[in-house]
Amino acid sequence: MQTNAERQRHPILQKLHIDGPLLLVLLCLSVLSLISVYSAAGQDLALIQRQAIRIGFAFFVMFVVAQIPPPTLQRFALPLFTFGVALLLAVLLVGVSAKGAQRWLDIGVTNIQPSEIMKLAVPMMLAWFISEHGLPPSLKRVFAAFLLLLVPTLMIARQPDLGTSLLIGSAGLFVIFLAGISWRLIFFCIGAAAAFAPVLWIFLMHDYQRQRVLTFLNPESDPLGAGYHIIQSKIAIGSGGLEGKGWLQGTQSQLEFLPERHTDFIFSVFSEEFGLIGVAGLLILYGFVILRGFTIAIRAQSAFEKLLAGSLTLTFFVYVLVNIGMVSGLLPVVGVPLPLISYGGTSMVTLLAGFGMLMSIATHRRLVMRGQ
Amino acid sequence: MLKKRATIRDHNAEASLFSRRVAVALVLVYSTFGLLLYNMYQLQVVQHQGFQTRSNDNRIKIVPLAPNRGLIYDRNGILLAENRPVFSIEITPEEVRNLDTTLAELSQLLDLEATVISEFHQQRARERRFSQVTLLDNLNEKQLSKFAVHQHKFPGVSIEARLIRYYPHDEILTHALGYVAKINRNDVKKLEESGQQANYAATRTIGKLGVERFYEKVLHGTVGYQQIEVNNRGRKVRALEVEPPVPGSDIYLELDINLQRKAVEILGEKRGSIVVMDTRTGGVLAMASTPSYDPNWFVNGISFARYQSLLASTESPLLNRATQGGYPPASTIKPQIALLGLNEELITSKTRIWDPGWFEIRGVDHRYRDWLEWGHGWVNVSTAITESCDTFYYDLALKLGIDKMSEFMFQFGFGEYTGIDIAEESAALMPTRGWKRSRFNLPWYAGETVSVGIGQSYWTATPLQLAAGTAIVVNRGTHLVPRLLKETVTDQVSTPALIEEKPPVTLNNPEYWDIVLDAMEDVVSTVKGTAHTAFRNAPYTSGGKTGTAQVKSIGQDEKYVAEDIEERYRDNAMYVGYAPVEEPEIVVVIAMENAGGGGSVAAPAARDLMDFYFGVAAKEEEEQ
Repeated sequence: MQTNAERQRHPILQKLHIDGPLLLVLLCLSVLSLISVYSAAGQDLALIQRQAIRIGFAFFVMFVVAQIPPPTLQRFALPLFTFGVALLLAVLLVGVSAKGAQRWLDIGVTNIQPSEIMKLAVPMMLAWFISEHGLPPSLKRVFAAFLLLLVPTLMIARQPDLGTSLLIGSAGLFVIFLAGISWRLIFFCIGAAAAFAPVLWIFLMHDYQRQRVLTFLNPESDPLGAGYHIIQSKIAIGSGGLEGKGWLQGTQSQLEFLPERHTDFIFSVFSEEFGLIGVAGLLILYGFVILRGFTIAIRAQSAFEKLLAGSLTLTFFVYVLVNIGMVSGLLPVVGVPLPLISYGGTSMVTLLAGFGMLMSIATHRRLVMRGQ
Repeated sequence: MLKKRATIRDHNAEASLFSRRVAVALVLVYSTFGLLLYNMYQLQVVQHQGFQTRSNDNRIKIVPLAPNRGLIYDRNGILLAENRPVFSIEITPEEVRNLDTTLAELSQLLDLEATVISEFHQQRARERRFSQVTLLDNLNEKQLSKFAVHQHKFPGVSIEARLIRYYPHDEILTHALGYVAKINRNDVKKLEESGQQANYAATRTIGKLGVERFYEKVLHGTVGYQQIEVNNRGRKVRALEVEPPVPGSDIYLELDINLQRKAVEILGEKRGSIVVMDTRTGGVLAMASTPSYDPNWFVNGISFARYQSLLASTESPLLNRATQGGYPPASTIKPQIALLGLNEELITSKTRIWDPGWFEIRGVDHRYRDWLEWGHGWVNVSTAITESCDTFYYDLALKLGIDKMSEFMFQFGFGEYTGIDIAEESAALMPTRGWKRSRFNLPWYAGETVSVGIGQSYWTATPLQLAAGTAIVVNRGTHLVPRLLKETVTDQVSTPALIEEKPPVTLNNPEYWDIVLDAMEDVVSTVKGTAHTAFRNAPYTSGGKTGTAQVKSIGQDEKYVAEDIEERYRDNAMYVGYAPVEEPEIVVVIAMENAGGGGSVAAPAARDLMDFYFGVAAKEEEEQ
């Protein structure tokens, strides 16, 4: 009944495999992105043009991905994952270094970042791997899924790219969580992770990562050094107040006291200029995206679709949480952009490709039914 | 079939399990959003004030604005100290990428001397961090235009236009007017102690000497402030608010620059001092001290070598001889000694003594000689002034005793600060028994009393003290405090300076004043008067007293022959005079070091100056 009603409401969009409400919110966020980047980057029109082109391209990718029926996505999961891991291996061996991290692969024409592929490949792979034998998965399968997840996550963490490895790791964990593993196991895993933390601290983290964590714990200890970013960001947010200083009026950003203004710290610019009211509006938009993602996941018909849609949605949430938590001083600084707002093409394309999958899942329902 | 049914059942179970998990996830997500929003509420509403302040601290810098220093004029409105715009190259070392290369490039571009760079480094060491350091002051047109073209190549280097003090009359009145110079550490300390450092936040120079120093508070004004918005590199983005500085008050001095110039001219190459004081107000019309120096040297920082040469000069150009030069007053104080003798009734106007040309204390084998070898013969108190008979005063002094003399001379301001409105003043010395005891641990000798009677021995006085002390005689006891300030002008409102008086000298019989004043008039007007030659045919009346101060004591049987004595040991020529006699306007004091006799050298100088004051020279020219 519901599906019929929905189909009747948006016949054209249904045919184009576009989810109307999701598209609308994504477009709203894109406009906010252009507005914020324009202010944050010092009213640089050329930069805005590039961002607009990237957003356009990302929407195009979303549209293309939305045309791919979910069973095809399912078939692609293993090859894409294998290909991604191979590229990550190549990065570790022959990757291009920049800013102390080896994340890129020079393919002649341009540099590509294989970790971005994994942002989609990992949830696809785990959703396929777990859904194949029904839910909830057996303990053995969960264990195998963990191992599958651990490989790319650790490889990316080695680059090092803490932000992406965090996103990919949580994407996989969300698949496992949504698959319905027992709560007992979940709490056991959390306990194990807590026990693992010191090991991570001592053996796996780089000095600069440790520094970030230390700075996070007490930013005021080093106001001109490592704590500078967090302090300036909090000043920007706090001084924004309820209503904000107004668009292009944020002194912290316009006078360049804020670091990474149009990329990782754009939320600070947004909060300074639009205040708590603007922030609440933004969180409502994000909340709607997540609600829509979950709705699509619940309505999805196969376990693979459900797990994939659920995982992509939750990963999007992690983006929001980590970025806002980071710039407002709740979480340590890890390089995660504010999804759909921060300047930068790669993450935008990956994110919208993910939403393309959600749309595909939302709109290929009849075909799936027919297939069964 | 069975397997398939199981799958279908699984499918439903899966869906409900998944939905439950999504519900849990949704709750977690929204509560996390709630947490984020709560944190934002804390930052943006609860702690908003604090962050607002820190944001403003980040972006708003308060820049102090220096007030324009008040101008100084002479009594006729002629500028004595003005402010001139100059351009300087300023460097903020912290904003310069590579200081050494920048300095090297600049010195090549502007053709700077090596000393400029080394002075810059010295200067820099003294300045606070993040403050501008002057590389080159007083840029000429060529340097200005050259730098302007290449300015973009030198971040952290800028041209600043500001006003600096300029003294158009150079060395003519340096000692009285003083000068401003860069604020140094001592000044900063003093400003801090007086709570004035905020007011000097933008000020670079401060009055160091003379009027500029004494009236610093009046001249300086009040600092202004400009709020500017800066970016993260501290560069100014725009001005927000300006509270303009309040300029300092202009001041008019009693000095007459033309009379002052004439005085300096009269002193010429000689070391010495001339003071002209208005007997009616205490206003100092001229106060010259030679040799002098150009105050403008100090404004921009005097070079070490030049300062060293000023300090080391045997001519002591830095000394303000008018207020700090302690000269034996010699015979110029005979009028005051005479007044004391009359007042103590040790002598009357009729008392006569025989002057054989020397004086002896009974029982002591030492002759105190009169300047006139063969003696003045019979002299009374008046002729002893007119002819400047020493013997009369040797005798009188011995009768008076040192205690009475010093006590009385203190009343005339000797041995005390005159209270003139500049800080560089010496009290000179009016000796007493107590002073000698504490200074040398020796008793006072009667012989010294005799010498004090003719203004010698330990007695020293500054030319200004002599001027003030003579004015007391002229004013019959009224004790006016000499003063340079005539009026201050703030916002076009003029406030005249207060005429200050010290306790007057009162005599038992006011006629004593007349006796002495008449005698002083006779010094000029009678043939036997020591200044008669100098003032012959003067078209105005005047009175005075010559003085020839011995610098080196002459042996018992030696004769003073100027040519035989080293220049430094020759007599000082002194003269105190006033004019006109009927209604006195001015007192003139001449002190010329090692110049010779008071009557032959100092009195003609006084004549010259009085002629100028009364416009005689000008009239003569007109007549021709």
